[in-house]
Amino acid sequence: MTDWIDIGTLADLPLRGSRTLTLAGDPVAVFRTHDDRVFALIDRCPHKGGPLSAGIVHGHAVACPLHNLRISLATGAVLGEDAGCTPVVPVRVAGERILLASPVRAAA
Amino acid sequence: MEFFEATATHVDDGPVPAPASPDAREHLVVIGNGMAGCRAVEELLARDGTRFRVTIFGAEPHVNYNRIMLSPVLAGERTFQEIVINDSGWYAQHGIELVAGDPVVAIDRVARTVTARSGRVTGYDKLLIATGSDPFIIPVPGHDLPGVISFRDMADVDAMLAAAAGGGEAVVIGGGLLGLEAAHGLTLRGMKVTVLHLMPTLMERQLDEAAGWLLKSALEARGQTILTGADTAAILGDGKVEGVQLKDGRVLPAKLVVMAVGIRPSVKLAREAGLAVGRGIQVDDHMVTSDADVLAVGECVEHDGQCYGLVAPLWDMCRSLADGLVGRTNPYRGSVTSTKLKVAGLDVFSAGDFSGGEGCEDIVLRDAARGVYKRVVLKDDRIIGAVLFGDTGDGGWYFDLLKKGERVAAIRDVLIYGQAFASGGGLADPKAAVAALSDDAEICGCNGVSKGQVVASIAGGACSLDAVRSGCKASASCGSCTGIVETLLALTLGEEGVQAGPKTMCKCTSYGHDEVRRAIVEQGMRAIPEVMQRLHWSTPDGCSSCRPALNYYLLCALPGEYVDDQQSRFVNERLHANIQKDGTYSVVPRMWGGVTTPTELRAIADVVEKYNAPMVKVTGGQRLDIFGIRKEDLPAVWADLNAAGMVSGHAYAKALRTVKTCVGSEWCRFGTQDSTGLGIKLERGFWGSWMPHKFKMAVSGCPRNCAEATIKDFGVVCVDSGYELHVGGNGGIHVRATDLLVKVTTEEEAMHTAAAFVQLYREEARYLERTAPWIERVGLGHVKARVVEDEAGRDALAARFWHSQSFSQDDPWAERVAGADAGLHQPLLAAAE
Repeated sequence: MTDWIDIGTLADLPLRGSRTLTLAGDPVAVFRTHDDRVFALIDRCPHKGGPLSAGIVHGHAVACPLHNLRISLATGAVLGEDAGCTPVVPVRVAGERILLASPVRAAA
Repeated sequence: MEFFEATATHVDDGPVPAPASPDAREHLVVIGNGMAGCRAVEELLARDGTRFRVTIFGAEPHVNYNRIMLSPVLAGERTFQEIVINDSGWYAQHGIELVAGDPVVAIDRVARTVTARSGRVTGYDKLLIATGSDPFIIPVPGHDLPGVISFRDMADVDAMLAAAAGGGEAVVIGGGLLGLEAAHGLTLRGMKVTVLHLMPTLMERQLDEAAGWLLKSALEARGQTILTGADTAAILGDGKVEGVQLKDGRVLPAKLVVMAVGIRPSVKLAREAGLAVGRGIQVDDHMVTSDADVLAVGECVEHDGQCYGLVAPLWDMCRSLADGLVGRTNPYRGSVTSTKLKVAGLDVFSAGDFSGGEGCEDIVLRDAARGVYKRVVLKDDRIIGAVLFGDTGDGGWYFDLLKKGERVAAIRDVLIYGQAFASGGGLADPKAAVAALSDDAEICGCNGVSKGQVVASIAGGACSLDAVRSGCKASASCGSCTGIVETLLALTLGEEGVQAGPKTMCKCTSYGHDEVRRAIVEQGMRAIPEVMQRLHWSTPDGCSSCRPALNYYLLCALPGEYVDDQQSRFVNERLHANIQKDGTYSVVPRMWGGVTTPTELRAIADVVEKYNAPMVKVTGGQRLDIFGIRKEDLPAVWADLNAAGMVSGHAYAKALRTVKTCVGSEWCRFGTQDSTGLGIKLERGFWGSWMPHKFKMAVSGCPRNCAEATIKDFGVVCVDSGYELHVGGNGGIHVRATDLLVKVTTEEEAMHTAAAFVQLYREEARYLERTAPWIERVGLGHVKARVVEDEAGRDALAARFWHSQSFSQDDPWAERVAGADAGLHQPLLAAAE
């Protein structure tokens, strides 16, 4: 069962941009794409840990600011020829509000 | 005819026969060096390259060019060279004699000769008439005044360009395709254009009333005046055009009148030669006229009672003609035509019959927000017509269904949403839609290339878009089918097999940097989405390569007007600091000319301590870099630095970084000029200007060059008699010493030349191209010609630079300190534990 945390409204996110927050000690980047979809990833590039929240958002992808790897916002996977994946944080939009799944700790 | 039989034996194995000597071959004379004449020869050569000796007469003094691309030439989007189909090499390669600029004026069918205007008489065995059509000039009073021109050939374009050079008012008579293209081009060239159209709606032969109205509104929004139901009474003027009078009495001033009311098959030569002529030169299914040795093709012919004024039927006619000439049977059965075109950058498509009437059903889709209108006309469960405005992507599919007469009942409900939807739901793969096209589906309307031909070209070794364009010519003209061609490349070769074109800006577009930039400037584009829309971007909002480039090109083209798009900037330019590998930032305040003060040093020291910056370092550019600042703390750091009088050093930007100096004549025993003072002046003048890439300057006070000015983008080396200005140096991966641009005698001249040079770099270099590779690409001679030798040009460049600077010298740190874009720095929730 998932607990959902209200983190704000769509208007709090820049179009084609991102903002960050900390969730259970992990940095999370919340993205808003050109078509007003919202995605959330752990804010660390699988390559060298770059803050994805600082990248250029295009389509449903973001370019890491450190070495320009492209990361899928939907899956967290590195696109193109490189490999790697950053965890996806489940997110949903309920009316005006953006809800983020609070982390479910692994049950041992 | 024995010769036909002789050549027919070429298929035999054995010794290859020596090429027939020119005199032995039959002589094919072609009247008309246009699209039809040359295409017919191309088709013939593809079937048999040795049978005929070919001579082509052309009325215009040019090689074969793409007449339908005259509009982009008028609009400044193409040069004449870019619309040449076959250059002089093609004629030479095939041994074709081109007689350009000497039109044929008479045909003697008894003597089997043609006579050119010069008096030259040439014998023929086979004669091909491809004279095209003549513009129709309405015989109103004044129609023959100087300044009244048609829109048919390169000379007309030159005449329009000459008239447009001084601006002023133009009237275009005729609101059909040609008229609207002329009006669009003249508008872009700075004329105030009024279009007069006799009928109630524009392009009434291709568009229905709704689409015609949408087109009119869109053109009016682009600054044209469109008068429908406007009947011309007379063209006014004394010795030259001064205006147009309408039948209702209105008078419109004009120094140029373009008559584009229609075309007529050019049949004068044929009629005088006694050939059977109706509306056009009458031909059979292999394009043979009433004389078995005389053929005719293109807009000048009448086949089965039909004349055609579009390019597409030419391709079919030429195939039948060439087959007939080499003795094969391939009868031409007439063409169903569709029109897919761009009018003033607006996509328009029509095909078939859309007049409605008994038993016809309409399916209509309107999307006002996107400016899209689609209408498909059905009769007896088959598509008989279609009109599309704003989104013509499915035109080819509708046309294919129409030509084949396929029943559409099964997909009727989703037909209007297009092929992708109809063939598998809203998420259908666009690739599947292209894969589903039949082999004879036309991909490139401009050059008459079918899907099968594109695939054959790829299978034959064309592994890139450019190769396909130069091979089968698909997508080589207007480019609107580029996406489909790219999909065919991927389908045929697999994604990995496709070779990227060498000069494409990024994967989102098939255009290179220079083409995109030219289009932005010449078409007056004002926003990134507009560029992507008008240049057929293949992605919804670009990528991390093209967006920053487009943002820069627009910023450079529209100083003070364009609103910078923060989301199209790399993080450093968004956060005005340099991101480091651990995600923190470094902050570099400006130190003008490398000179600082105790107050500044104290403020920097305080910031380092207050924010626990782990390191502070002297940079290579004579200033101090504070490392390890968190994103959240940046505004507070800047506030403290601002308070001490310091502003952003733009150490993060594609802009002026530092101006490195030595102490110069004020202290140094070798100094010849005040290098520090000039460095400060340069930095004060040039900071804040966005450029294609980072830009470094230096001023050395003597040729010992302690400031290392000869590895900077712009370096000054002071000498006793003045200032040597050096450009294009780089101390990066590939060290490049500067080139000497010019030597000047005063600081003012040095500043002026620097401004002109920087502006030229800003306007001409590609995004992310430093001055060193830019100069190597365009040549120092070009830069000297523009900045040194052309005094007026230099002044204009410098004026544009200072104009631009009047909008760019606001400290971005101070704006953030004042609260701008606070969300960029603050987390969404302080703690969401």
